[in-house]
Amino acid sequence: MNILAYLIPISLILGGLGLAFFVWTVRTNQYDDPEGDARRILRDDYDDHPKP
Amino acid sequence: MTATMRQPPSACPACAAAPAAETLADRAAPENAQIVLSLPTIHCSACISKIEKALEGHPDVRSARVNLTLKRASIEAEPQVSAADMVAFVEGLGYEAHELDAGALSATATDKAGRDLLMRLAVAGFASMNVMLLSVSVWSGAEAATRDMFHWISAAIALPAIAFSGQPFFRNAWAALKNRQLNMDVPITLAIVLAIVTSLWETALSGKHAYFDAAIALTFFLLAGRYLDHRTRAIARSAAEELTALEVPRAMRLRADGTEEEINVADLAVGDLIRVRPGGRMPVDGEITEGTSEIDRSLLTGETLPVFAAEGQTVSAGEVNLTGPLTIRATAVGQDTSLHQMADLVAIAESGRSRYTSLADSAAKLYAPGVHILSALAFVGWYLYTFDMRTALNIAAAVLIITCPCALGLAVPAVTTAASGRLFRKGMLIKHATALERLAQVDTVVFDKTGTLTAGTPELTNLDRLDRQELELALALAQGSSHPLSQAITRAAREAGVAAARVTRITEVPGYGTRGEFEGQEVRLGRASWVGAAGLSQTAAFLKLGDARPVALTFADRLREGAQEAVEALMAAGKDVYLMSGDTTGAVEDLARRLGIRHWLAEALPADKAARVQALAEEGAYVLMVGDGLNDTAALAAAHVSISPASALDAARVASDIVLLGGDLSPIASACATARAATRRIRENFRIATVYNIIAVPLAIAGLATPLIAALAMSASSITVSLNALRLRGKA
Repeated sequence: MNILAYLIPISLILGGLGLAFFVWTVRTNQYDDPEGDARRILRDDYDDHPKP
Repeated sequence: MTATMRQPPSACPACAAAPAAETLADRAAPENAQIVLSLPTIHCSACISKIEKALEGHPDVRSARVNLTLKRASIEAEPQVSAADMVAFVEGLGYEAHELDAGALSATATDKAGRDLLMRLAVAGFASMNVMLLSVSVWSGAEAATRDMFHWISAAIALPAIAFSGQPFFRNAWAALKNRQLNMDVPITLAIVLAIVTSLWETALSGKHAYFDAAIALTFFLLAGRYLDHRTRAIARSAAEELTALEVPRAMRLRADGTEEEINVADLAVGDLIRVRPGGRMPVDGEITEGTSEIDRSLLTGETLPVFAAEGQTVSAGEVNLTGPLTIRATAVGQDTSLHQMADLVAIAESGRSRYTSLADSAAKLYAPGVHILSALAFVGWYLYTFDMRTALNIAAAVLIITCPCALGLAVPAVTTAASGRLFRKGMLIKHATALERLAQVDTVVFDKTGTLTAGTPELTNLDRLDRQELELALALAQGSSHPLSQAITRAAREAGVAAARVTRITEVPGYGTRGEFEGQEVRLGRASWVGAAGLSQTAAFLKLGDARPVALTFADRLREGAQEAVEALMAAGKDVYLMSGDTTGAVEDLARRLGIRHWLAEALPADKAARVQALAEEGAYVLMVGDGLNDTAALAAAHVSISPASALDAARVASDIVLLGGDLSPIASACATARAATRRIRENFRIATVYNIIAVPLAIAGLATPLIAALAMSASSITVSLNALRLRGKA
């Protein structure tokens, strides 16, 4: 059962990383145009020069 | 445009003020022009790349980005580029484009409340996942010290998470309690707080049942409902703001020395002289001091025929000047204009509108007291039975958690989000939260004529009765004019493949018509009295060559796209259709016959329309009013639910619940069907939630509920309700 002492903090840290990542996506306006982005990714227009 | 990093929220106001000052300074410097265009017709990835590529190929454009969700393009261009250039450029690509006032839109770009909710939702989601995982091991048989440790860790995660994520509920509940009222948030807050308190107590006594998982999952599901609700409204709000941003309220004031200056309409004062160009809208009420022209009063009165305007005549705000430049002296500005006086009429009509209680509100009214009573009864009953505070409190908390309106919180927002999304794709904007529910009840539809069923642009009707030379002459005289009748002639003649005759010395006589010289003879195209002809009952212009008899060109108002289909579909659905207009009897009767509408009312004053709508409502009809003009605003506000096209005056759009974004009327009929389907789903969802409660509540009251049962009931009902709502999206 001592393994729990490692596993629980690890799971919390990994989950926290996920949360931090999500917060980052919100802060960088990545949900402003979900419909457009969903379509953009399927076109190869910007493959060589990613649209800023 | 780059995805700009937001300023992190700072603790000291001065730090936040410094960058703000910088942006101010930036703005003062001559910088790139930021242009925002509305592109209502874009719909696919090909549209995005076509517009972006073309814009970036434009020499003066630095960067451009199309947002498909909002159907907008933000363009960064050289300072000398004007929005009108960009509109023309994009329209040249084959897409409808309108300029948007970037200042009016900035408020929606950073949707703070939405981000705030999303952040809370994310934290609640993160915490509930972790707590649930810990709970799984407790449910699967963790014992003694291990169970206590898991409970303590759960508490350590859940407490701060709930303190952060639950704030919207706590705040609303507190506000309601302060006003001595009960809303949905009161049982929610009570359930969360009670669950936390009993769980902490249980954990401290190393008891078996702790409800940390339920408390945090509850917060998560309810926040999801709140977020959906907020998103739907934010989209509607930003689209409504966009419509307002389309109208830039400016006026040309004449200085004492005769030069012009452009100022905001709000800064005009009584006695100011204002220049109104052809095609411009009167900013204020006034008297014409100089110039002759014709004015289009259709938005105010519903008349299609332009009215002659000359010196000394009074004009009202909202009328459109057609042919010649006019100078008017303001007699009433701001709140005193006839435009604003209409607002009083609207206020009266609104106060008479039956106060609609939404399905969610009526459910909450039944539900909130019920839950409290049930849980209190469980507490008292168990306390009297066992005289054990701990058991009684535990059971009361279990009852509150199990009955908590998780599914109820999702039932309405999930459905409205799905339905509004579907209607938005069809070009309808649901502005009001309960508009869908009200639209579902509609059994009578009242249409306005000018600008609603008809496009407000005339169409030449007797083309085949005119000979070639007459058409050539008419085209020659009409093609330089911006008068709507002239434009109709130009359009019709060009379509018929007619080339303009060689008419020389063409001059437009504002308010009367156009004259020129053809083979030594004078030709005139214009009003009956000016040409020397007897007037007709329908809209007409007259052409006279030399001393020959004047020839009449007659016009009818063009039907708006989808008008026929909308009226037919509504009638087929068994709804009563009415036509009410301020236009002349002949024109209204003619249109009613064309569309097969049996009930019509002509020459109606704004107050008549509102009174008629109210009378219908008193007879028990649920009236849907569709109108665009100022003369419709009172009726729009008086009706059970109202729709106005995007071309309507701002006042009419504000008064209506739903805005039709495209030019097509046909979505109206299918919107009624969608609304009915949505309401049916909402009721179904309530029923589903109730069924779960009926099963789980007796268990809770009997003291058999475990945290596992609570978690299952909560998730299962929330998921069923959301899936049921999503069914609405799929159906075409």
